[in-house]
Amino acid sequence: MYAFELERPGSVADAVAALGGEAQPLGGGQTLIPTLKARLAMPEKLVSLTGIAEMKGISSEGGGLRIGGATCHADVASGTLASYPALAGLAAQIGDPAVRNRGTIGGSVANNDPSACYPAAALASGATIITSTREVAADEFFRGMFDTALEDGEIITGVRFPVPQRASYQKFAQPASRFALVGVFVAQFAEGVRVAVTGASGDGVFRWAEAEAALSSNFAPEALDGVTADASGMISDLHGSAAYRAHLTAVLTRRAVSQAH
Amino acid sequence: MPKDINEVVGRREDARFLTGTGRYTDDITQHNQAAAVFARSPIANGIIRKIDVSAAEAMPGVLAIFTGEDFTEVGGNPAGWMINSRDGSPMHEPKRPVLAHGKVRHVGDAYAAVIAETPEQAQDAMEAIDADFEELPAIVDMAAALSGDDYVHDEIGTNQCFDWGWIEDNRAATDAAIQGAHHVTTLELVNNRLVPNAMEPRCSMASYHPATEEYVLHTTSQNPHLTRLLISAFVLGIPENKLTVIAPDVGGGFGSKIYHYGEEALVLAAAKKLGRPVKWTADRTEAFLTDAHGRDHVTKIELALDAEGNFLAFRTETMANVGAYLSNFSTATPTFLHGTLMAGNYTVPNVYVNVKAVFTNTAPVDAYRGAGRPEATYSIERVIDKAARELGMDPITLRRQNFVKPDQYPFASAAGLEYDSGNYDALMDRMEEIADLGGFTARRAASEAKGMWRGLGINAYIEACGIAPSNLVGVLGSRVGLYDAATVRVNATGNLSVMVGAHSHGQGHETAFPDIVADMLGINAASIDIVHGDTSKIPFGMGTYGSRSLAVCGSAVVRATEKIIVKAKKIAAHMLEASDLDIELKDGVFSVAGTNSSVSFGEVALKAYIPHDFPITEIEPGLEETAFYDPANFTYPSGAYCCEVEVDPETGKVSVERFTAVDDFGNVINPMIVTGQVHGGLGQGIGQALLEHTTYDENGQLLSASYMDYTMPRADDLPFFHVDHSQGTPCTHNPLGVKGCGEAGAIGSPPTVVNAVIDALNSGGKPVTHLDMPLTPHRVWSAMQTV
Ligand SMILES: Cc1cc2nc3c(=O)[nH]c(=O)nc-3n(C[C@H](O)[C@H](O)[C@H](O)COP(=O)(O)OP(=O)(O)OC[C@H]3O[C@@H](n4cnc5c(N)ncnc54)[C@H](O)[C@@H]3O)c2cc1C
Repeated sequence: MYAFELERPGSVADAVAALGGEAQPLGGGQTLIPTLKARLAMPEKLVSLTGIAEMKGISSEGGGLRIGGATCHADVASGTLASYPALAGLAAQIGDPAVRNRGTIGGSVANNDPSACYPAAALASGATIITSTREVAADEFFRGMFDTALEDGEIITGVRFPVPQRASYQKFAQPASRFALVGVFVAQFAEGVRVAVTGASGDGVFRWAEAEAALSSNFAPEALDGVTADASGMISDLHGSAAYRAHLTAVLTRRAVSQAH
Repeated sequence: MPKDINEVVGRREDARFLTGTGRYTDDITQHNQAAAVFARSPIANGIIRKIDVSAAEAMPGVLAIFTGEDFTEVGGNPAGWMINSRDGSPMHEPKRPVLAHGKVRHVGDAYAAVIAETPEQAQDAMEAIDADFEELPAIVDMAAALSGDDYVHDEIGTNQCFDWGWIEDNRAATDAAIQGAHHVTTLELVNNRLVPNAMEPRCSMASYHPATEEYVLHTTSQNPHLTRLLISAFVLGIPENKLTVIAPDVGGGFGSKIYHYGEEALVLAAAKKLGRPVKWTADRTEAFLTDAHGRDHVTKIELALDAEGNFLAFRTETMANVGAYLSNFSTATPTFLHGTLMAGNYTVPNVYVNVKAVFTNTAPVDAYRGAGRPEATYSIERVIDKAARELGMDPITLRRQNFVKPDQYPFASAAGLEYDSGNYDALMDRMEEIADLGGFTARRAASEAKGMWRGLGINAYIEACGIAPSNLVGVLGSRVGLYDAATVRVNATGNLSVMVGAHSHGQGHETAFPDIVADMLGINAASIDIVHGDTSKIPFGMGTYGSRSLAVCGSAVVRATEKIIVKAKKIAAHMLEASDLDIELKDGVFSVAGTNSSVSFGEVALKAYIPHDFPITEIEPGLEETAFYDPANFTYPSGAYCCEVEVDPETGKVSVERFTAVDDFGNVINPMIVTGQVHGGLGQGIGQALLEHTTYDENGQLLSASYMDYTMPRADDLPFFHVDHSQGTPCTHNPLGVKGCGEAGAIGSPPTVVNAVIDALNSGGKPVTHLDMPLTPHRVWSAMQTV
């Protein structure tokens, strides 16, 4: 780790002010701190967001949920159990207790790791990413592997989730990291079904249009008979080939449909 | 033999381990201590064109920088075992320098070291070293290494370290038996490379005292005396009496901390040069890249059978990866710890093993929990399972039919060992009972009802532990003896310190060894402590590996205690005015046979140190005895294992549902410790079978160099274990009758798991005959697609 300065502002405004120059926001540090320890990044200053009260907690908002950007996974897991069980289940499966009590939803969404879980929930739910300057629809926010619509110095202050009628997240864990080798989030709304897939594509989280079309007309596992995911563009690594990931995408989508509630 | 065997005793070392008050090398900070950081090769193979340290030397806090140039005059880190090839020529033994010189030979090979005031300053300066390499093609694949003409070590002009035959005289008979056999089953397999992953990374700290020219090395070692011997006799030439090696608490080793590593020599040299203590602590990446790895065999095995299913011959051809340099036991592991076990538990008359050891541009490979015996067991027990399937025979029946029977001991195996005791049928009987094999059909049906395929795998193993008789290993090429030593010191106030050569780093010696002495003397074990891991305090020791601690060092403790009893009886006889031949020791009291005159152990101890009225020509003052124990033979633990798995036909994911391990460890001193050792071994063996996937790419980069990609077994990967050691047959040649339990789980479990997965796939209509470990979901799914 290289030396850096640390600021702990108490408000979003102070955080934004502190984020000029070579400063970087620090959420739960569960991604950033290992990166720093390996000397893969050299920020001059870290601005910690976890002391900002207005960025923490879960509230109902317009028939949906608003989750503060600095809310840790454990709080999402316990706080959405009744209101959005599929989201609670997703949060409860991230990492281990230490990770869940530190890592934040804002950090996960900002990082947009191609194997991370929250991007699938945000995209399938049609969530809105709320930042220090604007609101961005999830469909516009996730731009590719580790790439998002965030500008320098922009902070995710919260995520607004519409709550679907039925939903389920099915994660097939990469054996070592236990991130998603493939994760599929299926959400059924009155207007139709949204299916988001993480872990599989080299471009990061994506919506699986064919499955959405099939499930929007018939929300049942059989509706997916003959629907296959395209392996081109999918990740091949020591944990699984592109073909395996494409296969898992279909298997997990089917399982998500049968377990959605 | 101790009388209270089977009494459950909690481990006394756990009080400090569980409360975070252990004292590991990195916990020790010395006044004025400096920090060492190593510059490590980013490439697998290359010529060092330039190492410019001028900018680095000018960095803040830098005290010294070393490169390979600084160590050209000192010796190499040697292989401990000389292997001769089939043609009689000695193995190739290229020098393993303290720091790479001329060439770097694997990713992580250290080519420079920076000493600075703080680790951060050393790291900053290390990054400022300007090194230039001419990259050469990486030699990674063993077959390509043997056929190509690029060499890891140019000076030897080959990548073959040796081409060994065991037993060469049996080769023709084995070939003939296979040629004429009714049935031959052939299996080609890979025994996957493993990264040891001790919880505590390696750490070494040296200090030097100019006035006395004495060095002290604190280091993470399973084997402090061997480390001292190697540094003194081969590498730095520091006289043994001027070098103390201390291995304090060590957080796991699994083999990887048996060996001497260059970092230890470097901190010693740096401490002398600077006149300051110097410490190096590995980070996790260094552990992945530079700890000696395990296994990595590519093997073809053939089993010949007659029409009745009797085994006629095993013939094995193996390529064993030794990595870029020979680590200390790397040449023994694939040969004498592997080839000699290739008859398994069976009366098979013909065995021949050929092992080619191959240099590659990868981390050195050496003994890792089980060391050679897991490789042997895996090959044998997989090919037997395959044969049973080909012949339509029940795999248990086939094994039982060929087992060595209880009345055949001592049994001379066709692979050259003499098994002293065992009862493989009894183990199998007990396994069948505990594992409830009768209920398997119903459990399979229940799995199928939820869409899962269920498989049953069984296995029988034998291993050679209690390593090892010096005269035998000397004939076989060992450059060291493999005895062990203990000193029992009775203090004047009646409590005892027992100095033992075996180092304890999780094995529970601090609990088990005092029990041996306490039982022999009839005194309370709480008044006895062991001392280990410090060459200045203990007589000598060959360390902890090969499940040898209790069988060899424990036997030395018995011998030393016997000497204590002889002398204590003389003192008691003097005190009681009787003949020492009439003195009896019972429950810590010495008495004259047939009388009620007696003295307590404590009174005798006090008298030994306050010998006012001793007949000094007959009895020396003091009560302290040392014994060196050299075993007469290996010990031969054996077992019968059973595993049930479920395979998810949609994803290929395997889950281990049930596991039964019935082991013959001979006598058991502390059942709780033994069960814990089996649990740990099973975790590692199941990890090898399903999870641990060391992967180098074609450029020699280790792709699985962190926990993001290297899968360690976790509690939820493992089922409840049914462990039983009720069927012990005592070892016939050591005084405790013990056999050794540290490695069994890791030896017996991989074939058990793989046999079960193959069975599950076949039950699901996928006639898969073999899959290489680790059986990751992707591998299992891929196999289902191709059949
Ligand atoms: C052992 C382990 C297992 C894990 N398993 C999983 C898993 O199964 N599934 C999964 O999805 N994730 C997993 N993670 C990742 C975990 O969820 C992280 O917490 C998360 O990805 C990052 O969140 P953080 O709050 O820790 O962010 P940090 O590490 O603090 O920051 C990550 C990045 O986001 C930026 N950032 C942080 N907060 C904000 C914000 N509010 N606005 C803008 N930018 C911000 C930082 O500058 C940095 O670039 C795991 C991590 C570990 C260590």
